[in-house]
Amino acid sequence: MSIIARNITKTFGAYTALNDVSLDVPEGKLVALLGPSGSGKTTLLRIIAGLEFSNPGSGRIDFHGTDVTDIPAGKRGVGFVFQHYALFRHMTVAENIAFGLTVQPRRERQSTEKIQARVKELLKLIQLDDLGARYPAQLSGGQRQRVALARALAVQPKVLLLDEPFGALDARVRKELRRWLRHFQREIGITTVFVTHDQEEALELADQVVVMNNAKIEQVGTPQEVYDQPASPFVIEFLGNVNRFAALGHPLPGAGPDVIYVRPHDVDIQRHYEGEHGVRVRVQHVFSAGNYGRVALVRLDNGDTVDAELSRVRLTELGLAAGDEAFVVFRHIRLFPSGAFAERDVADGDSTPALVDAGKGI
Amino acid sequence: MSRSHRSVIPGFGLSLGLTITYLSLIVLLPLSAAFIKTSGLTWEEFKTAVFSPRVLASYRISFLASLAAASLNCVFGLVVAWVLVRYPFPGRRVVDALVDLPFALPTAVAGIALTALYAPNGWIGQLFEPYGIKIAFTEIGIFIALTFIGLPFVVRTLQPIIEELEPEFEEASASLGANRWQTISRVIFPQLLPALITGFAMAFARALGEYGSVVFISGNMPMRTEITPLLIITKLEQYDYAGATAIAVVMLIASFALLLIINLLQKWSRRHHAV
Repeated sequence: MSIIARNITKTFGAYTALNDVSLDVPEGKLVALLGPSGSGKTTLLRIIAGLEFSNPGSGRIDFHGTDVTDIPAGKRGVGFVFQHYALFRHMTVAENIAFGLTVQPRRERQSTEKIQARVKELLKLIQLDDLGARYPAQLSGGQRQRVALARALAVQPKVLLLDEPFGALDARVRKELRRWLRHFQREIGITTVFVTHDQEEALELADQVVVMNNAKIEQVGTPQEVYDQPASPFVIEFLGNVNRFAALGHPLPGAGPDVIYVRPHDVDIQRHYEGEHGVRVRVQHVFSAGNYGRVALVRLDNGDTVDAELSRVRLTELGLAAGDEAFVVFRHIRLFPSGAFAERDVADGDSTPALVDAGKGI
Repeated sequence: MSRSHRSVIPGFGLSLGLTITYLSLIVLLPLSAAFIKTSGLTWEEFKTAVFSPRVLASYRISFLASLAAASLNCVFGLVVAWVLVRYPFPGRRVVDALVDLPFALPTAVAGIALTALYAPNGWIGQLFEPYGIKIAFTEIGIFIALTFIGLPFVVRTLQPIIEELEPEFEEASASLGANRWQTISRVIFPQLLPALITGFAMAFARALGEYGSVVFISGNMPMRTEITPLLIITKLEQYDYAGATAIAVVMLIASFALLLIINLLQKWSRRHHAV
């Protein structure tokens, strides 16, 4: 079931949570709403769910071509998983999962045997076959998360909505559950939207990432698109680490200096450099533990710090130590005009020389 | 306590000793004194003291009025607590403070105020007088006084529980298709039940022992509106100490049995909290 949200505006008193936001979620896709807290991502999810309604007169929500704007959550056919699960403490796991089936109007309600069979099936799906008689208080965080998911799925929703689904879990469980959710979503092919502030989670899990900031959508695209072709400085800064420099040269009248972004993994360090695009730096610190080698450097020309990420093999080859002098070359940079011209089309430099040719030294 | 399990706060042994001594002095000793004093009576004397028709009538009114008052407080206390937690409205703090008034007010003051209101010539009493309904100096008066003093117990035990009850539970229930009634009866109420039972037990216990606010409004007619605590006082005034303590012992045992039942009920309603 596809979801279309059009021109959604939502204010809470003087505070604007969503400012004329539109979003398309294609059928069967897994979509991440990514943004910092206060960006409006949870509000958008809740409006899609029908737990919240957009400002009167604004906006429209369609599920598969049907207008559901004024239909409350219980009748929209959505499964909603809450950040803190909201499992009913006084019910067993099985009773929790069965809840949605047992509150259906008497005419539509399935027989007790059928409900029990369905609960059993769901318990198997979430790999908690033997824990149906337990109470939520007796489960671990990851288990509770899966019970919440099973409870939402019991009523066979057309759309699955998850609010910060892995927020309250420790790193290892989070990773496992993420993989499990991905696999599971593919298998049943349910249109799924989840909210997260963790860029790694969004990039790893989603078919499509919706980057939100300040009550607006900044960019929509596949993980690769938003990472490699960020549409705004916000997106590039929010998605992973990045070095930020002021560009030299002559900015357009009335604007501040343009801003250049370089990902740490696009910074190459060399001991000796003969070309004309190298920047002289001093090594401040070398972090050699972890998957990558990371080096903190200071530019000798303007004192800016530069973070570089390189393979551990390369790091060993270079044999850098704090205090050494070296050169860095930026393999790939991205330039955003600043200030008044922020809405101008993005200039995009593929390599250092191109920029130098354009008259803007780094 | 072994050295390896030292708690952050020192003096566990000392404080335990203190607790037991204190409880013995303040609670246990007076209670056992009641039993000891009573044991001075023969079985026949005891029976006449505690089962005479006038005393039986007082048990009846005391227990029934207390039960009714505590039950009514459960209903309205729940509403008050819910409103105070969930709905921000101007003057909420003032209303919240008002709830404590029955705690703070000297019971005699409450009794006099209520009597003045509900007496046949009082502000409220005169409204009912033309229909032949008397409030003060009847069972209804006792019931009103006991409701008054019991309210804070229910409200104050429920408030923290309602504060903990995130609106997420209601939303989860609604998103699963439950209607309002199902959400209240199957999701919210069961989570409040243990606290409600505690509040009921406390309001009930308080009502059973209440004296000051009742004696003014009840009229104290033997066989009709004489509460048990009043009978105990009456016996004391007649220097019938053994008779007074005998009734006290009966009240004590009955209250204890009731509280025990309520505690068991509560344990049952809380079973899911066990980890």
